[in-house]
Amino acid sequence: MPTRNQLQSIVPKLVLAPSFAMILLFVYAFILYTGYLSLTDSKMLPSYGLVGFENYSKLWQLPHWWRALTNLAIFGTLYIVVCSVLGLFVAILLDQKIRAEGFLRPIYLYPMALSFIVTGTAWKWFLDPGIGLEHTMHLWGWESFSFTWIKDRNLAIYTVVMAAVWQSSGFVMAMFLAGLRGVDNEIIKAAQIDGASTMTIYRRIIIPLMRPVFLSAFVVLAHLAIKSYDLVVALTGGGPGQATELPATFMYSYTFTRNQMGIGASSAMIMLIMIFSIIIPYLYTELRGGPRQ
Amino acid sequence: MSMPSADNATQVNKLARGLIYIVLILFAIYYLLPLYVMIVNSVKPLSEIREGNMLALPREFTLDPWYTAWSTAQIGVQATGLKPYFINSILMAVPAVAISTLLGALNGFVLTKWRFRGDNLVFGLMLLACFIPFQIALIPAARILGMLGLAGTTRGLVLVHVAYGLGFTTLFFRNYYAAFPTELVKAAQIDGASFFQIFRRILLPSSAPIIVVTVIWQFTNIWNDFLFGASFGDFKSQPMTVALNNLVSSSSGVKEYNVHFAGAILAALPTLFVYIVSGRYFVRGLMAGAVKG
Amino acid sequence: MSFLQIRNLEKTFGNVKVLKGIDLEVEEGGFLVLVGPSGCGKSTLLNSIAGLEAITGGSISIGGKAIDGLHPSQRDIAMVFQSYALYPNMTVAGNIGFGMEIRGVAKPERDKAIATVAEMLQIGHLLDRKPSQLSGGQRQRVAIGRALVRKPQVFLFDEPLSNLDAKLRVDMRTEIKRLHHRMGTTIVYVTHDQIEAMTLATKIAVLKDGVLQQSGTPAEIYNNPANLFVADFMGSPAMNLIPVTIKRNGSGVSISTPREEQDPLVLGVPNAPAGLSAHDGKEVIFGIRPEALTDRDGADRNAANVAESECLIEVVEPAGSDTFAVTRLGRKHVTARLRADANVAAGKKTKLAFNLDKAVFFDPASGLRIV
Repeated sequence: MPTRNQLQSIVPKLVLAPSFAMILLFVYAFILYTGYLSLTDSKMLPSYGLVGFENYSKLWQLPHWWRALTNLAIFGTLYIVVCSVLGLFVAILLDQKIRAEGFLRPIYLYPMALSFIVTGTAWKWFLDPGIGLEHTMHLWGWESFSFTWIKDRNLAIYTVVMAAVWQSSGFVMAMFLAGLRGVDNEIIKAAQIDGASTMTIYRRIIIPLMRPVFLSAFVVLAHLAIKSYDLVVALTGGGPGQATELPATFMYSYTFTRNQMGIGASSAMIMLIMIFSIIIPYLYTELRGGPRQ
Repeated sequence: MSMPSADNATQVNKLARGLIYIVLILFAIYYLLPLYVMIVNSVKPLSEIREGNMLALPREFTLDPWYTAWSTAQIGVQATGLKPYFINSILMAVPAVAISTLLGALNGFVLTKWRFRGDNLVFGLMLLACFIPFQIALIPAARILGMLGLAGTTRGLVLVHVAYGLGFTTLFFRNYYAAFPTELVKAAQIDGASFFQIFRRILLPSSAPIIVVTVIWQFTNIWNDFLFGASFGDFKSQPMTVALNNLVSSSSGVKEYNVHFAGAILAALPTLFVYIVSGRYFVRGLMAGAVKG
Repeated sequence: MSFLQIRNLEKTFGNVKVLKGIDLEVEEGGFLVLVGPSGCGKSTLLNSIAGLEAITGGSISIGGKAIDGLHPSQRDIAMVFQSYALYPNMTVAGNIGFGMEIRGVAKPERDKAIATVAEMLQIGHLLDRKPSQLSGGQRQRVAIGRALVRKPQVFLFDEPLSNLDAKLRVDMRTEIKRLHHRMGTTIVYVTHDQIEAMTLATKIAVLKDGVLQQSGTPAEIYNNPANLFVADFMGSPAMNLIPVTIKRNGSGVSISTPREEQDPLVLGVPNAPAGLSAHDGKEVIFGIRPEALTDRDGADRNAANVAESECLIEVVEPAGSDTFAVTRLGRKHVTARLRADANVAAGKKTKLAFNLDKAVFFDPASGLRIV
């Protein structure tokens, strides 16, 4: 019979245990299982015949996979850069004691509340040459206006960037705005007394101070980019052809429609490695307290 | 931050401020345009969409597309409209949000006020779960749900959403409770209060802000999820996002854009509603999810 | 001829008037301390001098030259902030040299100026560090260095010591005073700490609710407070302010106040000034500092008017160098400052000496000084 004291010290661990067990199973055991499957000859159903790294070597020989990776590189880079630049720019403008801030901020941010499926649906139509923007321009008398990126194999990936930036840039703006509000007012006063112009103050002092926000934004956006699935499904379905395939859609189609579960699993492992190589160093420094400014 | 300026620069200042307002308004239009287009075109007859301008207000106002989207549209093989899927989404989101929030609160309490050896490692492992690409979990999760007899059921989706939401809810509550005075917990212990009494009587009454943040965050994420719904749901449990995608991308028959838009707005309505009602908390929730503290 | 001149200065935020017509001046090389409770407008006043806040009315001039329209960087001032306001992304040297860099001063010249200041403040070994690597006291020195290097006509200090711990605060206070002696530059200094004000200032200005209550040398402010607020605000422990009734008594007056468990206290004030006798039969506020209320042996032998009375001591607080004894007069706690070894005990009566030379009287309605 444990004493009341011993019981009291066990209770917290008992409370935490189910959650921790669930995470161990759903995250870490699943990673091991998928990792194991990636080394097997699984096709339509899981099978346990080990084939070594065959799936990985096959994967890296597939032009389809390379297409997905190239697209991710283009999409990810533009998504992160445009969101950050736009977000910082709007945040700086909004930080100039704008009277209508309380009205404008929710407008910039509301797309974040929408599902990527809804965003994709809206933009798919908006970008559809037959009925959306191009059609409207023609009706307005700009007959030569042409905007057919979504149908163009080489340009369709940029339409994914447009829709994704529309959805996420307001959020990045909010992050930067919070960062700007956190800057010590006296530092800016000191810089004014030092004779620095507004431009100089931003360039030399405030924007360098936003480094942690840039880092957070990078981590959030990079992991969203790698996980991107819904938006592509709703906007282009991966097409035209394979023009907008990303690793996430690649994994899904190889695993569930093409019955190449082994290759699907190995692509999922590659995605995991990509995300963890960004997230783990970040979390490590954050949890350690990291070098604080 | 204020940028007070010398009096002689007032003229230039006025011009600059005017420019800032114009740019900010242009951005507002950019973010609002897709929503505006969706709303306007969801109350037009199909013929008017085909001929007319997507930006124009409806000449003939009709709610038929909304009615069709809600109760008669062909989704998959059945002409049920989105209504049953809307109910599926609610039956999935409400319990998943409630359970994951409660567990997150308890976990946060344990991890901040009942520290034990290795608690940071436990937290780190739980936090990492926020970022894994769900593709890694698709194959094993499908098997586990099958083994538990939960394949294709709403309960199965609830389980998955709780498991992958725990990382976020634990993070939110841990950060919030970290700032809660430990002395109060100690004082209650000296008064002889048990673990659950302390949680219920001391912590919970002052947790309203973080509960709101967590509920909004979880609700938005779960309601907007597509991947799990598409992978683990069948027609009796599929959520709204999957149904919307089926509606929009069904290739049979004429594309009823107005119905698609009505459906998209219906799918977005709950999260938009939550956002409008508690936008301030929503921003804070997003920030807490992305930036520490 | 005063050096820094502030004329009828007004500042409003929206509908709130935070500065209501301030007139203030300080001579060249003076050390003006603005003091008052939080929200009194002292920081706004300092920011107005710096040009960080546009004023709504009045004028400010330095050395005879109006500066109200000028940008902060053109006013020839330097400022040290409460939070130190060091640029976190720059080194100590970068912080000190930033203003010169903006003005386009060449690098060798900059380095020389930085080295001179660093030596003066003994921070030469810190020049390559970032502010986050410095202690509070070191940051404070860097902030002062950044101001010194400008060689301004006026230094502005905004509660510079309030973020330091008690011991360091005293050290830095001395150091600032030493710097002032050495540089001889005019200083305007904001604080809510009246001891800082007394020790540093050549001139103190007491503010409350945007109104200048009194300005003068520390001794004037301390000994001749213009009103109840100044009397109560300056000095620690605070001045005893006791409601008393005046009775004309020949050429003098007597003042009396009720006591619990004792007969009323009655003190005679011979040769009372006319202002006081005019209040015959009325209630006034009798102000006496703790050091003017002592044990009999501790009383100032040169004082002309010393009255004595038996008082019931409620609390005794030995403070090392002195012993404070608390009694009650006219329903107010009254503190007397006795010698460290004075023979007093709580609950016993002891004879206290009131040095009436140092006494001041206020009108209870207006709060203004009578005599």
